Amino acid sequence: MPKLTIDGREIEVEAGTTIIQAAELLGIEIPRFCYHERLAIAGNCRMCLVEVEKMPKPVASCAMPINEGMVVKTNTPTVKNARQGVMEFLLLNHPLDCPICDQGGECDLQDQAMAYGKDHSRCDEQKRAVDKKNFGPLIETAMTRCIQCTRCVRFANEIAGAPELGALGRGEHMEITTYLNQALDSELSGNLIDLCPVGALTNKPASFTYRSWELKSTESVDAMDALGSAIRIDTRGNQVIRILPRVNDDVNEEWLSDRSRFACDGLSLQRLDKPYVRRDGKLAATTWSDALSVLAAKVKSSMTGRMAFIAGDHSDAETLVAAKDLAAAMGTTHLDCRQDGAALEAGLRASYLFNSTIAGIEHADALLIVGSNPRIEAAVFNARVRKRWLTGKLKVAVIGPKVDLTYKYEWLGDNPSILADIAAGTHPFAATLKAAANPALILGQGAVARTDGSAVLGLARKVADTTGMVKDGWNGFNVLHTAASRVGALDLGFVPGTGGKNVAEIVAAAGKGELDVLFLLGADEIDISGLGSTFVVYIGSHGDFGAHRADVVLPGAAYTEKNATFVNTEGRVQRTRLATFPPGEAKEDWKVVAAVAEALGKALPYTTLSQVRERLSAVNPVFAQIDMVAPASWGTFGQDGSVLPQPLTSTIKTFYAVDPISRSSKTMAQCQAAFGEDQCQRKTGTHG
Amino acid sequence: MSMHEQPTSFAFTPEYLAKANIIIARYPQGRQQSAVMPLLDLAQRQEGWVSTAAIETIAAMLDMAPIRVQEVATFYTMYNHQPMGKHHVQVCTNICCQLTGSDGIVDSLKFALGVEFGDTSKDGLFTLSEVECLGACANAPMMQIDDDYYEDLTPESARAIIDAFRQGQTPKPGPQNGRINSAPEGGPTTLTTLSFSSEKA
Repeated sequence: MPKLTIDGREIEVEAGTTIIQAAELLGIEIPRFCYHERLAIAGNCRMCLVEVEKMPKPVASCAMPINEGMVVKTNTPTVKNARQGVMEFLLLNHPLDCPICDQGGECDLQDQAMAYGKDHSRCDEQKRAVDKKNFGPLIETAMTRCIQCTRCVRFANEIAGAPELGALGRGEHMEITTYLNQALDSELSGNLIDLCPVGALTNKPASFTYRSWELKSTESVDAMDALGSAIRIDTRGNQVIRILPRVNDDVNEEWLSDRSRFACDGLSLQRLDKPYVRRDGKLAATTWSDALSVLAAKVKSSMTGRMAFIAGDHSDAETLVAAKDLAAAMGTTHLDCRQDGAALEAGLRASYLFNSTIAGIEHADALLIVGSNPRIEAAVFNARVRKRWLTGKLKVAVIGPKVDLTYKYEWLGDNPSILADIAAGTHPFAATLKAAANPALILGQGAVARTDGSAVLGLARKVADTTGMVKDGWNGFNVLHTAASRVGALDLGFVPGTGGKNVAEIVAAAGKGELDVLFLLGADEIDISGLGSTFVVYIGSHGDFGAHRADVVLPGAAYTEKNATFVNTEGRVQRTRLATFPPGEAKEDWKVVAAVAEALGKALPYTTLSQVRERLSAVNPVFAQIDMVAPASWGTFGQDGSVLPQPLTSTIKTFYAVDPISRSSKTMAQCQAAFGEDQCQRKTGTHG
Repeated sequence: MSMHEQPTSFAFTPEYLAKANIIIARYPQGRQQSAVMPLLDLAQRQEGWVSTAAIETIAAMLDMAPIRVQEVATFYTMYNHQPMGKHHVQVCTNICCQLTGSDGIVDSLKFALGVEFGDTSKDGLFTLSEVECLGACANAPMMQIDDDYYEDLTPESARAIIDAFRQGQTPKPGPQNGRINSAPEGGPTTLTTLSFSSEKA
């Protein structure tokens, strides 16, 4: 490995490293605008100029690969001068509108102008003005502020796979724009705001509502999809102003999907802030003690076993374990977490986990996607698949919806019987999988949430077995979940016990009057209209479908308002942190369940969060290992049986409205209006 | 970039399509994007300018995103983004031409065509543009009409060239004052003793 010296300090780095990367390893700061470690090198801002011995001029350190014996200097008068000169050029056309710019206070240009620029401007010429551009309902533009670093263009091109951004014109007339000024159609567009080093692209829904220094940041975990991306929740008072990604290379790198980022206005809309009881057909606000006593009276008059629990997609593990313990105390086995009817089994962990891990997909060289549209089910993960595909080392095939996934794939059809052909080795793609060093399969919820879901699951397992997906150090059998609560619920065994009913059976029983009381733990995606005259108790955060049908509504907390445990699709146990308090009289959900239990005379044996978490670890030891993914042991699961010819599709129809929070969000409603209702039907592009 | 009324569709004529396919075939499989500039040129030769529809057609032919083609088309000033007259008159006003009287040429052309820079004459025959150095400083002042250079102009000779085009003729390109290429006016000033049998001057 070549050695070089930077500012008198020697370092040995891998060949191909650039000077800026080597300097970073030494902790030497080199200012930059266009360089970004996850994007291609552009070398056009010139801010990272350094002096290299034996080179006649300062060189752009971001684009200069190191050589043996290179002597780099970053702190000489020449470098200082070069930086000042570059900064002067960058500021030539940059408006001095920092006081009214949303980026003010967290702006790379502002900070670096302070650190590396001159203390005054020599410019008394006119500055250029550039028209606003249309980047869609999520991104506000002020293109006069743009310094043409082209980070946004490279992100859209490389990471998001939406090559709609470009730099038109040349020289002083160059402008960044979308093609024909159409809104940028990507589920990852919000990341442009983070990437933009100036205030040219800012957060549109939150524009002019905050100054960055007023915000309090809380590091937490996202629950808007099943990836569990690392997030930072920025709040002012008790309001979530914005949500930003944090770096977590194992999950989201440093990206965040638009739903996770922009649905935060839904956290303060349609909220349940008081308990409600249905009186004379209408929900009336009431007190906790009244609501609980109405509930207790109803439960006491019902018969044992005529009670059921359905967990929603945002339920945290604490709530689930409390509800499961309550169900056991009440003597009912009718409990289920699979609102969509997915035929996943709770027993064997490997059967419902994303076993290769999200980062592990970068080692896969053949990938079969079954019944899933990862672009809208897990947008950040889809970018990871694209990243691998761009290296040219990944072959992708899809059995399911034929949509634009931002990478090219072989469409095998949408009939689940193709899986049987692959398992039998008669399909040509079976050979591709067998020849691959690390073959992988992604099973979407669309593949298992069917009446023949168990058979499809069984076939997928056979494919994994027969094509060598499961071996030492590699398990390519992956279930891609869409609900943040699902893996945690399966880990806790929140599924029907002996003689218990699953979601469809619970709803059917309710419709036929065979059920007295139904508890919905934020469950809104079931067939609410088919619940008949069953007494419905809704514990959740939003006045969505479930709450409208409920007889008793007990207000809970959203994922930003509690210290809660979620398990992501890989089986990674992560904890959210309280960023704001639940509104009004709402309480953390597990405490609500505990209060219900107490009102029913079945008090749970834990009263503090740490006691609940001890209980979690007792039910399943995985809950004791925070932020870790342990390989799950393989086995036999799924059923033998024939599959139906119904086409495999995605369970999510539109990216922007999948849960109570995103349905309440005005921003998400605007996106849906701008980008159309049914993204599942989006045509395949030719520009992957 | 201002948007002009755009045609709804674009298609290469069979002759241009054949040329385009020859150009595309020059590049290895998967590298067809390299043909973007010649194809834009072909589209411009066919239509006189590069419309959005032409950009999209070329993008589809080369498996590129339309914005990538548009970036190329807007970067180079020789691609036109609005409908043009039959002949494109580009007059140089850079320093050598200006010193040798391009102001007079410009006035003469503006008067002859009845237009300002950027406009197309009423008969639709000419579009007048002001351009930067075209690299013919030795023969300044000069202008380019379509693919040809007309050099060593005077206001009168410029006018005469326009008149000839108007009548459907194509005047002989090159110096308009009788000099051969860039040779000194009035004959050689060095190497005068040498003689070349095939040359007249």
